[in-house]
Amino acid sequence: MAGQLRVYRRRIRSIQATKKIMRAMELIAASRIIKAQQRVAQSTPYAEEITRAVSAVASYSDVDHPLTREKEQREHAAMLLVTSDRGFAGAYNSSAIREAERLSELLRSEGKQVSPYLVGRKAIAFYRFRGREVAGEWTGFSDSPAYQDAKEVADALMQAFTRAPEEGGVDEIHIVYTQFVNMAVQRPTVRRLLPLEVEETEEEPAGGTFPLYEFEPSAEGVLDSLLPRYIESRIYNALLQAAASEHAARRRAMKSAGDNADDLIRSLSRAANAARQAEITQEISEIVGGANALAGASSGSE
Amino acid sequence: MAELHVELVAADHEVWSGEATMVIATTVDGDLGILPGHAPLLGVLPNGTVQIRTGSQPLVAAVLGGFISMADDRVSILAEVAELADEIDVEGARRDIEQARTSGDDEESRATVQRAEARLRAAGQAP
Repeated sequence: MAGQLRVYRRRIRSIQATKKIMRAMELIAASRIIKAQQRVAQSTPYAEEITRAVSAVASYSDVDHPLTREKEQREHAAMLLVTSDRGFAGAYNSSAIREAERLSELLRSEGKQVSPYLVGRKAIAFYRFRGREVAGEWTGFSDSPAYQDAKEVADALMQAFTRAPEEGGVDEIHIVYTQFVNMAVQRPTVRRLLPLEVEETEEEPAGGTFPLYEFEPSAEGVLDSLLPRYIESRIYNALLQAAASEHAARRRAMKSAGDNADDLIRSLSRAANAARQAEITQEISEIVGGANALAGASSGSE
Repeated sequence: MAELHVELVAADHEVWSGEATMVIATTVDGDLGILPGHAPLLGVLPNGTVQIRTGSQPLVAAVLGGFISMADDRVSILAEVAELADEIDVEGARRDIEQARTSGDDEESRATVQRAEARLRAAGQAP
């Protein structure tokens, strides 16, 4: 009986210690979300300007650029999957990976080969465990990506895109990342990065129609150096959004883990109290029983 | 007199924004001066410097790998890396040049030297 009580107390203590760790992780994640959100906001002016510039060049020159050309026969697709390096983030990684699985299934059903490019240790572990071939992998920056990291990833992808198909070149690039909608909602999202979709619309672009630009050195030259930048900026934005989502998911996971710990502690301390009460009751009844036996024995001897 | 509204934006943050009377940028074809009322323009900037003339002191920045767009007296200068002259780490740039020179003459070290030289030029410490 006394052993029971000791076991309960030990479990309560260990859960309390774990709860402190989870609480600390929750607070750290909460402070990092704000930082990550600020970085998303800070990168927005650049992303907006570059999108506007690309649209401007595309609408005034007859675009025939390798990066916008749609090949008729597309056989090989690259997929960039963005996950985190560390776990403890609830369903964050598994839902991103699930979205990626769905995309590669779809691409395969269209008769395309898929070569995965992975960001974050969790995705790499997933692919390695299943013994799948990986075309490229990066780790170490999932919680605060720098522009240089995005550039590295973009360089590798664009090299693959410009290579000939015989040498492992790809015809399409897709990106799977978790979009940060708000603190409560993060959505796994699939985007096609390349080839760019050129839409012919009558609608006015945001911020008014484009003026008739002069190009330095030439429209093609500008497009040549703009498009890679544009891709880099898209990837950078995806990495930043994924980082913010990761922190938000971790905060939520740690919060519910902390709540669960509270529940556990409550039910365990009830059980411990009952065990203590049972122990006391038993001791009392043993004492009473012993006293009665003694009284009976002494009265019998008279 | 009309003024230009200038925004100097790096990939991860806005470096500077404000009014200016003239912008001088190094494009791939040479230096280019922009005054208020300039025709709309989209130009590529290699690693180089940008001078923004405000009322008093001209502002000089190193711009690495970017482009400039101008329309309706609004100038946006976008770059992967943009550093104002007084933020530039001169010693670091010198070290980069030294290191790149000793490591050999390949594509990468040439690019490093170019970037470091652009930073030194912007800081007024041209080699």
